[in-house]
Amino acid sequence: MNKESVRYMKLSGLEPLVITPESNFVNVGERTNVAGSRKFLRLIKEENYEEALSIARHQVEGGAQIIDINMDDGLIDGKEAMVKFLNLIVAEPDIARVPIMIDSSKWEIIEAGLQVVQGKCVVNSISLKEGEEEFVKHAKAIKRYGAAVIVMAFDEVGQADNYERRIEIAKRSYEVLVNKVKFPPEDIIFDLNIFPVATGMEEHRKNAVDFIEATRWVRQNLPHCSVSGGVSNVSFSFRGNNVVREAMHSVFLYHAIKAGMNIGIVNPAMLEVYDDIPKDLLEYVEDVILDRRADATERLLDVAETVKGSKKEKTVDLSWREEPLQNRITRALVKGIDQFIEEDVEEARQNVDKPIEVIEGHLMTGMNVVGDLFGSGKMFLPQVVKSARVMKKAVAYLLPFIEEDKGTVTESNGKILMATVKGDVHDIGKNIVSVVLGCNNYEIVDLGVMVPPEKIIQTAIDEQVDIIGLSGLITPSLDEMVYLAKEMDRKNFNIPLLIGGATTSKAHTAVKIDPQYKNAVVHVNDASRAVTVVGDLLNKRSNQKYIGDLKENYEKFRDGFLKRTKQKEYLSIEEARKNKYKIDWTTSEISKPNQLGIQVIEDFDLEKLLPYIDWTPFFRSWDLHGKYPAILTDEIVGEQAEVLFNDAKILLNKVLNERLLKGKAVFGLFEANTLNDDDIEVLNGKGVFSFRTLRQQLKKHAGKPNFALADFIAPKESEIQDYIGCFCVTAGFGTEKLAKQFEADHDDYNSIMIKALADRLAEAFAEYLHENIRKEHWGYANQENLTNEELIKEEYKGIRPAPGYPACPDHLEKLTIWELLKVKENIGVELTESLAMWPAASVSGYYFGNQEARYFGLGKIKDDQVQDFAKRKNVSPEYAQKWLSPNVIE
Amino acid sequence: MKDIRQILEEKILVLDGAMGTMLQRHKFTEEDFRGERFKDWPTPLQGNNDLLSITQPEAIKEVHKLYFEAGADIVETNTFSGTTIAMADYEMEDLVYELNYQSAKIAKEVADEFTAKEPYKPRFVAGSIGPTNKTASMSPDVNDPGYRAVSFDELKIAYKQQVEALIDGGADILLVETVFDTLNAKAALFAIEEVKDEREIDIPIMVSGTITDASGRTLSGQTAEAFLISVSHIPMLSIGFNCALGANQLTPHLEVLSQKAPFAVSAHPNAGLPNAFGEYDETPEQMATQIKEYLDKSLVNIVGGCCGTTPEHIEAIADLVKDYKPRLVSVAV
Repeated sequence: MNKESVRYMKLSGLEPLVITPESNFVNVGERTNVAGSRKFLRLIKEENYEEALSIARHQVEGGAQIIDINMDDGLIDGKEAMVKFLNLIVAEPDIARVPIMIDSSKWEIIEAGLQVVQGKCVVNSISLKEGEEEFVKHAKAIKRYGAAVIVMAFDEVGQADNYERRIEIAKRSYEVLVNKVKFPPEDIIFDLNIFPVATGMEEHRKNAVDFIEATRWVRQNLPHCSVSGGVSNVSFSFRGNNVVREAMHSVFLYHAIKAGMNIGIVNPAMLEVYDDIPKDLLEYVEDVILDRRADATERLLDVAETVKGSKKEKTVDLSWREEPLQNRITRALVKGIDQFIEEDVEEARQNVDKPIEVIEGHLMTGMNVVGDLFGSGKMFLPQVVKSARVMKKAVAYLLPFIEEDKGTVTESNGKILMATVKGDVHDIGKNIVSVVLGCNNYEIVDLGVMVPPEKIIQTAIDEQVDIIGLSGLITPSLDEMVYLAKEMDRKNFNIPLLIGGATTSKAHTAVKIDPQYKNAVVHVNDASRAVTVVGDLLNKRSNQKYIGDLKENYEKFRDGFLKRTKQKEYLSIEEARKNKYKIDWTTSEISKPNQLGIQVIEDFDLEKLLPYIDWTPFFRSWDLHGKYPAILTDEIVGEQAEVLFNDAKILLNKVLNERLLKGKAVFGLFEANTLNDDDIEVLNGKGVFSFRTLRQQLKKHAGKPNFALADFIAPKESEIQDYIGCFCVTAGFGTEKLAKQFEADHDDYNSIMIKALADRLAEAFAEYLHENIRKEHWGYANQENLTNEELIKEEYKGIRPAPGYPACPDHLEKLTIWELLKVKENIGVELTESLAMWPAASVSGYYFGNQEARYFGLGKIKDDQVQDFAKRKNVSPEYAQKWLSPNVIE
Repeated sequence: MKDIRQILEEKILVLDGAMGTMLQRHKFTEEDFRGERFKDWPTPLQGNNDLLSITQPEAIKEVHKLYFEAGADIVETNTFSGTTIAMADYEMEDLVYELNYQSAKIAKEVADEFTAKEPYKPRFVAGSIGPTNKTASMSPDVNDPGYRAVSFDELKIAYKQQVEALIDGGADILLVETVFDTLNAKAALFAIEEVKDEREIDIPIMVSGTITDASGRTLSGQTAEAFLISVSHIPMLSIGFNCALGANQLTPHLEVLSQKAPFAVSAHPNAGLPNAFGEYDETPEQMATQIKEYLDKSLVNIVGGCCGTTPEHIEAIADLVKDYKPRLVSVAV
């Protein structure tokens, strides 16, 4: 055979089906046909799609290689039912693995079906019945949708009912399709009309033979095409006598297949094995099918009476039902079969002390198998979802017993917040975890996708969830997760954090996330595993040990990982110092402050701060994104922003008029010089203080320096006197009291508002004070005239970096500022154990006046700097490590 | 210019590498993405890479240029998300035509420059048609498996707009890529066939699917062969796989296509699998070593790179393929 002559019909579901001469006979499942199955029709009418699906599944399990789906019934909306059922089938991988035959006499139903199936289907059917134009139109569309087609032996005159007519119509149809439509001939299947035999009517005697012979002609004369037919028609006259019908089907197929019929719609449960047909019955049946004797029908009728009683049951393979209980439950979960789950679960319940043990034992055992299969690539997503549905059903069945057992209303096993992190829209995995957990009696608070961290944090607090689960698929989500872990830590969360999603990994979780958070961080790489993990995390008896083990495990993993990971290149602290930012001190302009020493502002008139408020972060704190003032006219959030802004102004006026918040500040300007590259020595007249700055250690491109804040102050050896300032401002006194008052009135809105406003005022105060420092107290920029926008953009000369922020992430230096300025004594702002300022609406930092001073990010530092820092600061290396750890390369 | 079909018989063509990876190097800010024109746009625009064809056209041109210099025969337009469906997140549905038109125009200009310079090596522009962010054969709601977030018709209409703009902008080829749901791809192909019919043109079509994981299937569950069969009704220039996997992991699936497909076979794998930090760190040499296996086995006709690949990767690949003959495309069985 040359290559051109080998053209096989290729179909596909989730898996391919290539029909070759070696394929034997391709069996099309026929039970999902409302015209052929009364049960299926009833189920569709009742909209019992679940059981309707189980019919499809039985067909596939029973060996159907294609499933025929037909919804043509006057009492159902065929198009809607077809689409709905196909959509449901696609979600069942063990059904959807085979190609679909979309069966309807209505074109609109066929087209609707073609639009919802990804694989290459078969359309059943088109014909010349309505004329060639219609035939061509539909064939062209089918070709474009990419389906094969069954062509009925039917034309404008009628249905082909003899040998000649079958050939005539097949030939004409073939020529139109292949030559006119350019339809691939291998995608054409002729249905040459199988009609009943043994009806008692003379003209029906040759029905089977004519079909068989026409099949032979078509296969020999119309290259590449296939022949199909609905086999059960042939035995129509023996309805009620399945033994005879099964034998007739087998005999008919045996001969038709030999003639070239390669596809057929036949119920495999209604098919006897040809060799198993008793010899006498076989002879009578063949006489009828092949029209070998005039009295064939009567002889078969006689025999039929004698075999009628021996009808035997043939069903799908249910032998697994004989297996031990756990096996059955596991199989039901793995295969997603919910048909018997209630009876199995009931049996399990009888065997245990407490109904909950069925969930924890039998069902979890099964789900773990699902998890393992999924994890090893042997099951894929939709199957897991199906498993979850069976699980849900099982749990639903058990719930009343569990409640009864407890004697109270059932509480959920725990509350779990699920979210896809900011900037990420992928949520399939997260939804699955939610479902799987949900059906394990966990209450799910699903925040959806693109959830900002503040919202996750706030919801976790508001809802008092027991676990937070984060998901993300794109790489930037990894950073979001780290950030969230940090935030959870910062906010003193004490609940486990689950990490999942395609780009996440145990390594990233162990190296980047786990160290950020004191409680458990668990990487859950698949949904079915989540249940076990969550169960262990929330098991009050053993979770402390479990969490301890987890942390240890991640730490070990982290260590092992880091040992073999090549990181970015870092300089030693000595090398970094050599590459410091060098200001030419011989030419650099240094102004002596007009007023050296410490000054305190006791009761500042906050009204002066109004022009200095940066409102953009205020809106952001309310989840309204956009720049002020443009945000007020924003198409989407503008209206809300306006309302919020008005409410804010009302409260702000009240605060200012009634002086409900108190603004205080302390600042000082001092002589200072840099010592040994990285320390800034400060003289306040009474003593010597030192700020220990941290230096960038990442290896930079040639010409780029490794910054430390100390670079912006003249070194002692230059013998040039330089200066530094530091400050602390607050607008927070009074906030707490007001917030509590609002809360007592159940006015959460204003409770949040007052805090947000206090924060803004504190920031504005810092901005205001910095400007005054530049223009007056220090006075190096007395000509400066900047608008608020320019201030927000930091267009001024000099900087005011704050400990805890990128240039100086070390919070410890706050202690020095407090000591130097006597902050607590002067204005009452305190530092908490974690060195957070209290009241919260406070800002502290340094002033650097050199015009070359700039903001930078420290980045990661090496252990040698930590050791050096400890020595300089005269603290233990452990203490230094603790405070610097977020910036130390692991 | 020589017909690409003819060139494919003579040599292995090189496709470009990642656009996103190259753009990340610029560290464009929200303001950069917005440019002057979109400075007041209501939604955040950072990450809308397609938009850069309008707001940072020079950067896009530069990427195309670098890939052509590295030896690519075909570059992909910066239009992976150029449908009303994918642009809905940014409320930029109305800009879809312009985005695709401009992207194709930019790429075509660069391609023409190179072709003029090196007429013996004509350069081509493939209009990139991504999968959108919705799936036509899977439900986003696991509790409602029959639900669909997008219909075939909606996809078809969206794809048709994209296809028309890409063709108007000068795309030589249409590349339906990163197919994770075959039904989405079928809608795209349906749209392309309609445009071809209406305009009475023939434009080569490349289709490239994505095998997502160890199951060896697309996200919508199909095996490589089932995927091939499901789109074979279209007269394609090539079929292949891209993204999700590195070159090595792609080999068995390419073998299936190579054996079964009566079209050219393409591959543009990622630079390995992402490491723990979501970065692709396979070097050009490492990747080339794996691509060499494709060539030794004669699996491909078109080869390039996806996520994490750079002009250096493409250069390594281009160096490699020039010594090999293309896979023989025949009517397969």
